[in-house]
Amino acid sequence: MSIKAMIVDDSSVMRKIVERSLRQAGLDISKVLEAGNGAEALGVLQTETVDLILSDINMPVMDGIEFIRQVQGKTPPVEAPIVMITTEGSESHVVQALQLGAKGYIRKPFTPDQVKEHVIPLLKG
Amino acid sequence: MSAESALSTPHSNVREQWQTLLELSTSEVFEMMLGTQLKRSDDAENAIASEFTAMVGLAGSLCGVLSLRCTAEAASLMASKMLGLAPGEAEQQSWDAIGEVCNMIAGNFKAKLAGCGNHCMLSVPTIITGADYQLHSLADGGTIEVAMRFDDLLIWITLEIHS
Repeated sequence: MSIKAMIVDDSSVMRKIVERSLRQAGLDISKVLEAGNGAEALGVLQTETVDLILSDINMPVMDGIEFIRQVQGKTPPVEAPIVMITTEGSESHVVQALQLGAKGYIRKPFTPDQVKEHVIPLLKG
Repeated sequence: MSAESALSTPHSNVREQWQTLLELSTSEVFEMMLGTQLKRSDDAENAIASEFTAMVGLAGSLCGVLSLRCTAEAASLMASKMLGLAPGEAEQQSWDAIGEVCNMIAGNFKAKLAGCGNHCMLSVPTIITGADYQLHSLADGGTIEVAMRFDDLLIWITLEIHS
C-alpha cells in the first residue's frame, strides 16, 4: 500500500531523518509533506489528505499537543493516525498526547526499527 | 537517584555519576542518530574556539542549561551523518543539526535521571554561530562538562545547573 505521510518537526534535519526511517521501515511512501510546527501542519491538512502523521511535541508557534487537540476538532475528521516523535519523554506529555488521540509515541533518539515497530501496526489496522 | 536528592547531596560522587550519565546520553544519541561511536577525550582543558554552540534550557525539578560546543567542521559532519550525505555537503544544515543533537542529549539525559523526566521541561534549542563571544552564566549549582571525540574532532557537552 502506498501512503502519503506528513512529518511535523521544527528541525528540517529531523524531518529528513524521520522520512528516511519510514523508508527504511519498508513503507511505500508516495509523498511526504513537511511542516515546521503545528500551525503549518494544520494549514497542510486544509488541502491535503494524509495516511500518517508523525509529529514532534516541543515546537515553536504551535506545539504538538495543541496540534493534536486542533486536529481532533476538525470537520471532517482527520482519519490518519498520529504518532508523536519527541525528546519530551515526560509521562505527562505522553499521557496527554494519547488522551487527545495520538496512537503512538517514539522517543528521540530512535532507531529505524523503533519507527517500524510503532508505525507498521497502525497502517495495517 | 532523583534530581532533587542528587542536587542536595555533597558533590563528588554525584558529579561523577552525572558526568557518566551525560557521556552515556551523548554517546547514545550519536550512535542511534548518526551511526557514530564517540570516545571520551581527556583534552577538555585544551579548549579550542567553538564556532557552533547549541543550548537547551531545562526547567522544573532540574533547572539549567545544557550546551554543545564544537567547530564548524564538526557541526557540518554531524549534519552530513544525520542526513546520510558526504562530508561537506550539509553545511547549510549545520546549525539545525547541532540544535537537534543538543536537544536529544538533553532529553536523553533527563530521562536517565530518576524522577526528573516527568518534572523537567526542555526549551526549544538556541544556536550561536561564531567563536567571538563569551557566555556568562548565573548558574549557582555547579557545572558538569564532558569532552568527546567525534571522528577525531572534539565536542564539548556542558550542563550548567541553576538549581
